[in-house]
Amino acid sequence: MNEVFTTAVMVAVVASAIRLAVPLLLASLGETFGQRSGVLNLGVDGIMLLGAFTGYYTVLKSGNVWAGLLAGAIVGLVLGLASAVIAVTLQAEQGISGIGIYLFGLGMSDLLFQKLVGTPIPIDTFPAVHIPLLADIPYIGEMFFQHSLVIYLAFAAIPVATFVINRTTFGMKIRAVGEYPDAADTLGVSVSGVRYATEIIGGTLAGIAGAVLAITLGIFQQNLTNGAGFIAIALVYFGAWRPTGIMLGALLFGFVNALVLELKTLEIIPRDLSNLAAMAPAIITILALVFVARRFRAPSALTKPFTRGK
Amino acid sequence: MSIHLSPRNRRLLAYSIPVLAVFAALLFGAIMLVLLGANPFEGYAEMFVGAFGSGDALIATILKATPLLFVGVGIVIAFRANVINIGAEGQMVLGGLFATMTALYMPEMHPIIMIPLVLLAGVVGGALWGWIPGMLKAYYRVNEILSTIMLNIVAVQLMAYLLRGPLIDPAEIERGTRIPQTARLAASADLPILFGDRLHIGPVLAVLCAIGAYYLLWRTPLGFRLRAVGLSEHAARYAGIPVRRTIALALTMSGAMAGLAGAVLVFGSESHRMVTDGSTMGFTGGAGFNGIVAALLGGLHPLWTIPASFLFGGLIVGGQALQRAVQVPSALIVALNGLVVVFVVAADRYRVRLLAVDEYEAPEVDAGDHETAAMGAARDTAPPGTDSYGQDEFDDGGER
Repeated sequence: MNEVFTTAVMVAVVASAIRLAVPLLLASLGETFGQRSGVLNLGVDGIMLLGAFTGYYTVLKSGNVWAGLLAGAIVGLVLGLASAVIAVTLQAEQGISGIGIYLFGLGMSDLLFQKLVGTPIPIDTFPAVHIPLLADIPYIGEMFFQHSLVIYLAFAAIPVATFVINRTTFGMKIRAVGEYPDAADTLGVSVSGVRYATEIIGGTLAGIAGAVLAITLGIFQQNLTNGAGFIAIALVYFGAWRPTGIMLGALLFGFVNALVLELKTLEIIPRDLSNLAAMAPAIITILALVFVARRFRAPSALTKPFTRGK
Repeated sequence: MSIHLSPRNRRLLAYSIPVLAVFAALLFGAIMLVLLGANPFEGYAEMFVGAFGSGDALIATILKATPLLFVGVGIVIAFRANVINIGAEGQMVLGGLFATMTALYMPEMHPIIMIPLVLLAGVVGGALWGWIPGMLKAYYRVNEILSTIMLNIVAVQLMAYLLRGPLIDPAEIERGTRIPQTARLAASADLPILFGDRLHIGPVLAVLCAIGAYYLLWRTPLGFRLRAVGLSEHAARYAGIPVRRTIALALTMSGAMAGLAGAVLVFGSESHRMVTDGSTMGFTGGAGFNGIVAALLGGLHPLWTIPASFLFGGLIVGGQALQRAVQVPSALIVALNGLVVVFVVAADRYRVRLLAVDEYEAPEVDAGDHETAAMGAARDTAPPGTDSYGQDEFDDGGER
């Protein structure tokens, strides 16, 4: 009896780990494009929050989850563009301007929620898609093949991102601009143009990540992301700027979060210690940063604004 | 630079740029107010009166400015060594916790011993939380922006754990209310009141710290080393300066200032307890982030950070008055705060650029200028060739 119970719990934890990993994964993939081109966008969490609210509100009003996803993407795109203006054109110190974008998103999403909605009303969530045959495999099916479409799409985005970064002209330009902007500029690559493009990709994916989070949970509340955007940025370092590494990191974080949640629900972790358990992701990140910093190197031009002729 | 300005005017313009940026952010905020159905003129009038309009308002502004000044001075020290400290929020929390625990566990002593003791504990707590990312950056090449953000998360959870468990007011358990706060801390550790019933010695300490930081940066060998490392790591290393140790020290000192801010927040509070609402901002009021803005407003100079913090404190206090007057949710303040950060930081590059042109084109005019020590020193913000203080962030340190 006890054994069956444990298996059921583990299946639920793995399934929920995958769900929790997806918003992190999407935001992280977006941030990777920006960082590979030399721009650190610290405002991801703020963009996610505004994407989450817009997605939530659209679903609340229209009842269509895909319209919600699209709305989140559009808000993310606009904020990505704004981030590009701030970081690329105005050449603001990226470590600080991103905090401003975060605070703006944190306040604005809460303000809009209180003004337009007030009390939390649950919304429709993404319908689960059972993959024929595979979904019927005991345990495995429940863990991997009974998720919603966005979750499959998010994982499908990983090889796409790897391909774009490593095998396309655009990806080559991104890497050139992030490593050696002067050389790229000499060869006629528009450093600003590429960085605008990557920031817009990053913002859009962050907006989508927020919308996916809200529509998966079916709810919005103040500070819904609870710092997920910052974890997403750390995951880019964790995965050493490679989509596959980022996926592993996102899954690890999803798993840790799902496990902590499950252990709390089962009251294996006493309530008193739940705050200490909540430190785990941040501490793991710091340790991972030490490890990654020893083995991998960040894009050379990361956080350095580009001015021709310097 | 196609517009020709005399060096003096150019410098004047450079110093007014951050202030203009604040106005630009407020203009943006006015649009938000209109969309929310409020009258922006009425709102901003309330804001000004709420911040500077009466004795009480001024005291509130000064008290709000105090943690900004402490943090801002620490930010200036770190920035001068080319280190960005985003971790002041967590460092303030640790400072507050260390100071609180000292007051809880130490026997009752005379205020003359007790007050310096708790403040020192705050300094130690903040310094520890600055030393960790400092050491990680200097010796393990871990990006300090990320490590400090993660340490902010650890700090807030640690605070919630301690204030809900080991440090909770026994009365809260008896009553069953379980509000996460400590008992009233030892009265002998209350910060002495200077004037009225709220204005304590915290602001004076903060100003003294700013003066001390100025002295440190421009009148001591250590300050010289910090600035040398900030201007060029390579040159500093060539000159025999221990670059890694200096970087770690810069973050440690920056954290120490934030820790002191945290201690002053606890012992200068009206409830004389440490309380948490489960977020860092609930304790710090966002001073860990806003201190960065105050430092930028002050042109990254410790002495100019004094009036800058005062203005920014006024902005926050006034913002709260505005929010009450036009009855919009308080989330508006957070959003506006974010806009101010973005605008000030985005405008900063232009301030630096104006000052840099100054150095290139008219060095001889400077010599004849009767400038204050502060102005002269502030010019150092942008010596030729280093108009970006974020450079070499990710130097892979191959030569170290």
